[in-house]
Formats: sequence, C-alpha cells, structure tokens
Amino acid sequence: MQTQMNRRSFLNVSALAGGGMLLGLYLRPTLGAQGGPPAAVPLSPNAFVRITPEGLVYITAKNPEVGQGIRTSLPMVIADELDVDWSSVHYEQADVNQVKYGPQSAGGSTGTPTNWTPMRQVGAAARQMLVAAAAATWSVPEAECTTASGQVRHAASGRTLGYGVLATRAAALAPPDLATVKLKEKKDYKIIGTKVRGVDVAKIVSGQPIFAIDFTVPGMLSAVFHKCPVFGGKVASANIDEIKALPGVRHVFVVEGGTNLTTLVGGVAIVADTWYQAKTAREKLKVTWNEGATASQSSAGFATQAAQLAPQTPAQWVRQDGDVDAALKGAAKVVEGAYSYPFVSHAQLEPENCVAKFENGKLEIWAPSQTPGNALQGLMSTLGLQLGDITMHQVRGGGGFGRRLTNDYVVETAWIAKVLNGTPVKLLWTREDDMAHDFYRPGGFHTFKGGLDASGKLVAWRNHFVTYGAANASGAMTTANSASYGGDEFPAGFVPNYALGQSIMTLGVPTGAMRAPRSNGLAFVIQSFIDELAHAGGKDPLQFRLDLLNMPMIAPPAPPAGGRGGFGGPQFNASRMKGVLELAREKSAWGKTTLTRGRGMGVACHFSHSGYFAAVADLSVNASKQIQVNKVWVAGDIGSQVINPLNAENQVEGSVIEAMSHLMNWEITIDAGRAVQTNYHQYQPTRINQAPTAVEAHFIESSNPPTGLGEPALPPVLGAIMNALYVATGTRIRTVPLAKSGYSWA
Amino acid sequence: MSYTLTVNGRSSTVDVPAEMPLLWVLRDVLNLKGTKFGCGMAQCGACTVHLNGEPIRSCMTPVASVGARKVTTIEGLSADASHPVQQAWIANDVPQCGYCQAGQIMSAAALLAKKPNPTDADIDTAMAGNLCRCGTYLRIRKAIHDAAAAKTEVVRAAK
Repeated sequence: MQTQMNRRSFLNVSALAGGGMLLGLYLRPTLGAQGGPPAAVPLSPNAFVRITPEGLVYITAKNPEVGQGIRTSLPMVIADELDVDWSSVHYEQADVNQVKYGPQSAGGSTGTPTNWTPMRQVGAAARQMLVAAAAATWSVPEAECTTASGQVRHAASGRTLGYGVLATRAAALAPPDLATVKLKEKKDYKIIGTKVRGVDVAKIVSGQPIFAIDFTVPGMLSAVFHKCPVFGGKVASANIDEIKALPGVRHVFVVEGGTNLTTLVGGVAIVADTWYQAKTAREKLKVTWNEGATASQSSAGFATQAAQLAPQTPAQWVRQDGDVDAALKGAAKVVEGAYSYPFVSHAQLEPENCVAKFENGKLEIWAPSQTPGNALQGLMSTLGLQLGDITMHQVRGGGGFGRRLTNDYVVETAWIAKVLNGTPVKLLWTREDDMAHDFYRPGGFHTFKGGLDASGKLVAWRNHFVTYGAANASGAMTTANSASYGGDEFPAGFVPNYALGQSIMTLGVPTGAMRAPRSNGLAFVIQSFIDELAHAGGKDPLQFRLDLLNMPMIAPPAPPAGGRGGFGGPQFNASRMKGVLELAREKSAWGKTTLTRGRGMGVACHFSHSGYFAAVADLSVNASKQIQVNKVWVAGDIGSQVINPLNAENQVEGSVIEAMSHLMNWEITIDAGRAVQTNYHQYQPTRINQAPTAVEAHFIESSNPPTGLGEPALPPVLGAIMNALYVATGTRIRTVPLAKSGYSWA
Repeated sequence: MSYTLTVNGRSSTVDVPAEMPLLWVLRDVLNLKGTKFGCGMAQCGACTVHLNGEPIRSCMTPVASVGARKVTTIEGLSADASHPVQQAWIANDVPQCGYCQAGQIMSAAALLAKKPNPTDADIDTAMAGNLCRCGTYLRIRKAIHDAAAAKTEVVRAAK
C-alpha cells in the first residue's frame, strides 16, 4: 500500500467566491495514487481547511469512516495546529480522489501514521498565513502575534482579529513551504490528546440517515444479487421469466461474472421497485449452477489433510536459526502442542450495500468502502471505465473490520447500474449473503515443539504451520490473503534455535484481512505455547516473556531492496514490548492477586500494525464450563501521542469484546465448497450479558511517532484469556472456538 | 393491502403486502431510516422499535400484526436527541460505527420506562438481544445508569 508521505508537498490557497480562505495541500505522488494513472499526475488542489468570512471553520475528513474514529481524529489534528476551538469546527467528508487528498483508506491501522505529520502541517500552515495577514493589517512583526481560539492577537497593542475577518486577506498571501512550517510542541496541544466525542454521535443517536444503507437518490430501484453458494460458481440456467412476472420486479438478468472473486462473479440480479419486493421475488428463484472445483473442498477435508502434513517435513522454510534438532535433543524438557483455529467471518452489522447511477458512460457511486482506491481499480477493470468516468462518494459504513477492504459489492452495484443504464440502483445484501460470501479470516494449523534447558530457559522452538494458498503463475505455492506467518513474529529472534516451516493446502475459499489480520490467529497460538513453556519450566508467565525479551536479538535476514525489516515488516523493538508488559503487570497487580479455585489470570503480548500491546485477563470458570471474564487490562505503546483518548478506550474495549467472539463461538465451517453458517444464530458475537465488568486501557506515550489503534490491541487479548483459562482449569485448550470443547460464557 | 399505522404519533396509511415486515415499511415506505436492518431474523436487535412502549424486532413483525398499537421509532423518541437515553449516549460517546445504536437506545428506553433504576443484571437481561459488533457494551451499561440518574434528577426537580 502506498502510505509513505515521501512525496513533495506544496501549499496553495485560493480565495473563496464571496471571500474567505481555502487552504490546500498539494501533493505530488511519487507513484500513481491507487486508482489513478501512474506517474506524471498533474497537481490538483487538495482542500482541507475552509474558513468563511463569518468565521466558520470547515475541516475535511479525508478517510473512510467505519467506526474507527478517523473522521474525528484527523480533523482534531488540523484544528489544533490551526488554533481554533473544537466547538467551532465543522467537518466535511471528502469524496474519493487520491491525487487530490493523498491515500484514502481504512486498513492496516495506517490512518494515523500516514496522516499525523501532513495534517499537522496543513493546520499550522493555515495558522501561519492568518498570522501574516493580521501582522500586515496592523503593520507589526508576525513574531509579536499569537493565536488562540480562532483569533490572532497582538499583545502589545491589545488588538485581536478573528480568522473569519482575516481569511480573505490570508488567501491572497504566498503559502509557506510545508516542510518549514513550525509545528506545535506537545505541551501546547489543546485538542490533540483530549477526550473528544465522535463528530457524528448526535446524528447516530437520533437516527439520522447517515449510513450507506440509508442513502437514496430520486428514482432509485433496489436490487438483490443471488450468487452461487459455492465460491466462484456460475449460473447454468435460471427461471428468469417467472421471476420477471412477480410484483414490483423490473429487471432480472444473469451476470456471467469472471474468476476474480474480489470483483464480479456469476449470479442473478433481481431489480424491483422496493428491496422487499426484490428479496421476496428471490425466494422463488431457481438456479442451476456450475459449481466449479471448489465444491470438493471442506473444513473436515482440510483438517484431515493438515493432520497428514503436520508430522512431515514442511514444504517451505520461513526461518531457521541455529540447530533446532540438536537443541531439542539436548533440552532438559521438551513441550509439544498442536493448535488450530477456523475460518471466521467479519459479520459487520451493516450488510454490504452500495448505490450507483450509470448514465452516458459515466458512473456515480456512493460506497462505504475501506479501500476506495481499490474500488476504483475494480470498477475500471470490470466495467471498462477510465478514472475520469467515475465519481465516488464516501459514505459512513456500519462496521468494517476488514470486510470493506474488498469491493465486490461495489462492483456488483455498478454492474447492475450499467445494465439499468440511466436508472439509479441500490444493491443490498442479506445477512445470509454476507456470511456466505465473505473473504474469511483463514484458519490455520500449528504443530509446536519447544525445548527448555535445566534452568527453564527457552533454547529451541519449532513450528510447522499448515496453512492455505494456491500455486502462483510459476507454479510455486504461495499463501492466501492473510494466511502467512512472518519469520519475524516473536519469539523469533529471541530463541537461539528457531525453525518455522510451512506447508500450503490449495484453497478455493476466498480469504481476506480481518481486524489484526494474521495476528488474530497467531497471537492465540504463539502466546498460548509460550505460556505452556513458561508453566513447564516453572516460571511466572509474565516474567518468562520479559526474560525472553532480554535475550540478545538475532538479526533477521537482510531486508530485500527497498524493504523495511527482514521479513517486510517494521523492526521489532524489545524494549517497547517490555515496557507494555511491565505496565500490564503493574496495573493488573499481576502475581499479587489471590486466585481462588476456578479463577485464573493470564497474560499475553503481541506486536502488530506498529503497536506494542500486552493484556492480562482475569476470569472465573464454574463446573459447567461457563466462563465469566471478570476484567481485562490492556497496556499499549502506539507512540508519542494518543490523539483521542476517548475513542482509544472505546477501541480497546471493542478489541476485548471481539477477541471474546473469536474465542468462544466464531467458526465458519466449509462443506461442499460453501459456508455452513448462515446468520448470527449460528455465529454469535459476544453479547452484553457476556461482557467483562471492566476493561482498563493504559498507554505508554513513548518517543516514537504515533501509530494506529484500530487493530493491535486485539491480538494479545486472545492469548491472555486462553492463558487465564488454563490457570483456572488446569486444562490447556489448543483449538478455538471454545464452544467446541463444551465451554460457554456464564 | 391497506394498513393505517400510528408511527411517532402520526397516522399513515400504507398499501403493502400483509407479511411485509414493519422494518421495511418504516424504512422504505415511510422513509424513516433510523431503524436498521442487520439480520432479518431477530438475532441482532438493530431493528428494535416500540409497540405501545414494548421493544420488538421490526424485521420479523409483519405489518398486518401491528394493528392499532402505537409504533415509536428512534426518530420519535425525541425531536432533538433530548431523551435522557440519547443524552447519556452522547455524553458517554457510546458509538463506534453506530449502526446498532438506534436499536440499543430503543431497548434501553423501554427498560428505563419499566425499571427507572436498573442494576447491571437488569441491563444485561434487557439488552442481551441487541448485538454491538464493535463491542461498546461497557459504555452502554454506563450510559443506561447515567440516564437513570438523570431521570431521577428530573423527577426530583419537578417535585
């Protein structure tokens, strides 16, 4: 993903019609922006700050909002440097234009690190120009002017001028160089770091139509799209004419579709006056499918295959340090554990939907996409459009969790709109469509062997990871989306004899990133097995992790040209991880709590998406295997500044609840090439009566640049709860969901 | 079929099939989009509205079954987000994505109408049918307690 701001930035201003100021950040991409033509992109104005003569301040929210809070946090950053009161700020949601606005996406917890510096510079540059305008008005040096609450003040003469009055004059000034703009020091922040409510909260609680599903345009029809339950299957025949005759139905047609599951696959589109009519007509639809090769795949088959592969030599080595075989032979104690986790579905509450109008070769589309740039590419390649043919608006999405990184429903909507040619249409999936056609978090199988020396120190670590993928163009097996396991995953680098191998099973089921992709499976298995080793060696599990982190780090292989770390990710920093473990130990009173029978505390830590997190869980289990999570402490290091602590706490609480969903109930079973579970009754997320009494979120504000929080708090919670369960019961559960082992929430 | 519904104090006549769920009548016929579609089988609670003050799942309530009962949706809870539950939701910044919250608020308002000072256990029982996929439950509990306290204060002030 193109997220580095290693590009030349320019500022420009223009006078608004009727006066006022519009400050733009001009970006010259070093590469073509996603969805844009490659290189040589003409400069285009990128407006982030608009001040009217009346002093109203409008700040552009550039990125997609799906509940992560970026629509609030990035305007906060601009507003603070601009030196206006937050209460005076209005936001405006940007349309999709990555040449104009820079990268626009909600994925990988990149929104904060990508935008932290440029958004501050935009705000500071606007402030500097307003100061210059005031100084010129008063004929005083700029250095004698200060700003606060949307006003410039000259202390010596006691004069003040509001930004609204200055805006038109400021717009006539030459803009400063972004790189030289003076930014505030942390101690001077007035908005950043304060608890700010979401910009849409009042609209949400009063039921205003702000979600994608609420969006309508005049004359709009409604559609359902019926796809083959087997992934990638195509329509052989369907009773189209019979469906056309049903009440309200306007159009019924077969979509041939292609082989790329992320854009457009085969199915039958039913378009009616209302969505209820389209959905009702669908109940009469009879389709004969060409199901294709994936129809032979099943979860049970994969489990059998994985069990056969596990004892064999891995097909590929990801990383090998030292001599694991020799170290295991010489170990005082050898621990083994076979772990697995299933496919899971995102299950965001708002089902996939989108509105589009296609007319005279031009497409206008309203999409709740997490990756609008990818959506543009999918639309261009599937519909044969040019970038200039498409106008894409961003609409608030009711949850993302990675589902909206894939734009299949956006392309489907546009395809139907193109067939309708001139009539706008809203496509809405049912929950059953959503669960049957997700890009699932891939399952995985891990066979661990670890060796401890006589002192309980970890000397050998081996894992054979059996995962999913397919052969690439040259015939080599490569892992599916989000099905990989990097050679730099802790404790790699801290065990002298380390081997990670993998074998890949061919998969036809689509997979994709889900909140903390890879880590949402790996943190459960790795942090559980580390815990097994700690207990086997008679060590305190938290101290065992600290001891590991104190080992001299073995450098990973040299990064590939242009790469960042040895395996493509950022370099792991042991001291930051130790810091969050220490903080979790302190806040949870780790080791100081008397645990009665049936109660346990567990710890885990994990590094992902540039964030360092440790979690401690306290839970109770009764004789009926009913678990009550009493409390969870989460300690994180996401750099020097938590922009909005109010939302940060909310994200951490949500991460705990989501981790619990993973652990207890979530499983998508594949049978005959299709998903078995159809709706929430078979795929239960955590409910309020199962939620912990309390979650505490604590942050270390380190000297590192701020990074994102949408994802990295989740993974360690998985391990912490499973490790607490072991302490409470004495039984190590190595397969999730726990419901399969007879557990439930109390 | 023609049905006359009383929604948020206003009478509307709609011509729709008898089995059409109230949810879709509200959203697509009466253009009240605040009530949300999540599952279509009364599993998530996003579609919660009041029938004569009782919280029900409108996605599985055929319009023909509503009869003369008064329908209240999130739009009818207050004209200006001033209901104590809405105020408490704002004060606690409960939402993340926000999609479930209209249903949560309707369930919470119905609970407080019956139990002005609910315990955590009361809240968990009353709200267990409302999923929040983002996991804002701790804030929902606190907001309901806050709304209960606010209501009590209002009543005391009136006395």
